[in-house]
Amino acid sequence: MIIIFYLFSFLLLAFALGTVLSKNLVHSALLMIGSFFAVAGLYILLQAEFLAMVQILVYVGAIAVLVVFGVMLTRKGSVKDSNLPNRYKKVGALSAVIFFALLVRSIINTSFPAPSSPVVGANTIIQIAQTLLTQYAVAFEALGVLLLVAIIGAIIIGKETK
Amino acid sequence: MINEYGIIGIFLLGGIAFTLVCLVLSWLLSPHKRSVVKESTYECGLETSGVTWVQFKIQYFLYALVFVAFDVETVFLFPWAVAFNCLGMFAFAEMLVFVVILVLGLWYMWKEGALEWN
Repeated sequence: MIIIFYLFSFLLLAFALGTVLSKNLVHSALLMIGSFFAVAGLYILLQAEFLAMVQILVYVGAIAVLVVFGVMLTRKGSVKDSNLPNRYKKVGALSAVIFFALLVRSIINTSFPAPSSPVVGANTIIQIAQTLLTQYAVAFEALGVLLLVAIIGAIIIGKETK
Repeated sequence: MINEYGIIGIFLLGGIAFTLVCLVLSWLLSPHKRSVVKESTYECGLETSGVTWVQFKIQYFLYALVFVAFDVETVFLFPWAVAFNCLGMFAFAEMLVFVVILVLGLWYMWKEGALEWN
């Protein structure tokens, strides 16, 4: 169990480092997809299967496509040297270390009380569906409207650029 | 529950091992004679002209953006479909409203001619 955790963590860190250090932005995108998969693996280890499914469906399926399209559409010059921000290695490393220190500080200062009883049962997806469609029904429909706004906004912006 | 994912892990390892075995076997069995024709990118077919990394049409990005929105819709359709038997008529009507709201987006897209390729 702990070995699998370390395996996924190692994969995640390796893919993330590759994403940052690769000079080719398309390779970076591919490595980023790898790190998304590693995060999904960590979610499964935490028994958050729905989250893992969403991670693969939305991040690997859609966000990665969006990133790749963004690269293909806006690229100027040679793709072999397209990941320009990776020139700032020292500044990037410094900001990463500062951010890590901030995270560690807030993790240490937060108390994580153990749940008195197991909150989730065997079938989390069914529980999610029941809560979402009964208790949070209004929020659910508002979400539909929000997605509609996102679609219409995308179309309006996309039409303007034509 | 984790053990069920162990089966997926075994499948994954099996898949990787099978691919590696095939690659190594073909590398061992094939003759290693080099020639210019063999090492060209397209051994048969037309040579490419110009650079490979051309700039794509902006319309692809519009499709990707709308795809993300409909992909998020699928995330909510999925638990509804899994729990369909335990949910009542109310949930069905709710999901119908949800889908109709999003179909409005598709209708708008169609009306604005965003689906047309020119």
